Amino acid sequence: MTTDLVGRELLIRMDRVSVRFGQKLALDAVSLQIFRGELITVIGPNGAGKSTLLKTLLGTEKNHSGQIWRKDNISIGYVPQKLNINPQLPMSVKRFLSGLDNNQAMLERVGALDCFHTPIQDLSGGEFQRVLLARALLRRPDLIVLDEPVQGVDFHGQSALYKLMTDLHHSEGFAVLMVSHDLHVVMASVNRVICLNTHICCTGAPQQISERPECQRLFGEQLGLYSHHVAKAHHAKDSR
Amino acid sequence: MISALLPDHFLARAVMAGLGVAFIAGPLGCFVVWRRMAYFGDTLAHTALLGVALAVLIEVSTTPVVLVTVALIALGLAWFQQQRTLTSDSLLGLLAHASLALSLVILASMDGMRINVMSYLFGDILAVSADDILWIYGGVCGVALALFKMWRPLLALTLHEDLAQAEGINVAFYRTAFTLILAVVIALAMQIFGALLIGSLLLIPAATSRHFCTTPEQMAVSASIIGGLCVLAGLGASLKWDSPAGPSIVVAELILFLIVTALASGWAVMKKFSIK
Repeated sequence: MTTDLVGRELLIRMDRVSVRFGQKLALDAVSLQIFRGELITVIGPNGAGKSTLLKTLLGTEKNHSGQIWRKDNISIGYVPQKLNINPQLPMSVKRFLSGLDNNQAMLERVGALDCFHTPIQDLSGGEFQRVLLARALLRRPDLIVLDEPVQGVDFHGQSALYKLMTDLHHSEGFAVLMVSHDLHVVMASVNRVICLNTHICCTGAPQQISERPECQRLFGEQLGLYSHHVAKAHHAKDSR
Repeated sequence: MISALLPDHFLARAVMAGLGVAFIAGPLGCFVVWRRMAYFGDTLAHTALLGVALAVLIEVSTTPVVLVTVALIALGLAWFQQQRTLTSDSLLGLLAHASLALSLVILASMDGMRINVMSYLFGDILAVSADDILWIYGGVCGVALALFKMWRPLLALTLHEDLAQAEGINVAFYRTAFTLILAVVIALAMQIFGALLIGSLLLIPAATSRHFCTTPEQMAVSASIIGGLCVLAGLGASLKWDSPAGPSIVVAELILFLIVTALASGWAVMKKFSIK
């Protein structure tokens, strides 16, 4: 078992992975390691290759150069951005979660127990995200991969879901990798940020990232604003 | 020989062949509908005709040649669709019409032989031989077993391929396996339902079942039953009114589809009012 300095198990290692779509380079020599218990967010502008990075990690994008190593029998829970389910396929949430233990209890935790008997095509965007999260969590994952999570979830629901995810992340010890535009969340709760623009332009703790000029160029004032926000939050914590 | 045990009467053979194909077309048709592969299936059916033309050209028995031709073209097509360079529907359209035209030209050029092209376009279920039945039932058993074994992963893949891949399912393997299964069934059914009508046997029973089914398994089973009933009804009509057998089966499917759709819509309206 490969571990990091504090003894956490290595789950995935990407070594100079590049993906090319025709003329366009979608990922450029990306190297990355994910250890158990990490909470990582990938940020980057549109077309930066964020979804491609996730797909390559998951193994759906196979046309890449470079090496990807995954822990043996790694279990990955995936919450896609959106699912277009063919309305011709009759399937209820109950069936969608069948074969997974305690599925009703988990649905209750993510706040979607009312949907248990609903056909999945009739779910709203937010409800479906909750159900997908439940499915990902129920599979006892080593790693949860979320592509712009809680997009369709209402504001109150969002913080509740993030809290649930961080709680479970602490108790169950899986790693989380998510793509997010929500810099509030990124700066507040994550322990590592990867700033992607085809290549990894910088990576590190949220505060470090916000001070890096490469990142400031990409995110401009917005990032400055959020680092300010984080500083204020810390200040508030200190003065308590 | 097993063939000796099969029924002498042409109608009995037609019923056997029709029920066998309808049985397997049920669940397979559901997957075709769910995976939005209707046009893919239709294109394969057209290329089956190319297999017939090739078999006639090199003077060997048709069924194995059709099987191999359709399977190879199916694999090639699936590979092309994975490359993101060509739009899928144009490619399918091109291939369907090109193979139809090409096979008609080949068949017409062989003046020594008397090939009834119509029977390959619309099928000739009443001319099914004992050998055909053996081929069909061999294929049906193989395909049924494969579908049964692969049911859960196939369903996961149908829901969402990336999700299935993330959950550790070998998506590429099952996608290819399904393409091959579809090719086998189309090649076998082509002989009795014809290149132009096979698609209906896959699509219409599945679409009819969708109205009243709440699980994928229900839909698969009821599509089989509906297909079987329509084979019987179509053959009966053909016998009574001397209508062409294959098209009569399709018409029976259409009528049943319309009735069930009307009933389902009526039911939905009634439920709406009763809630209010």
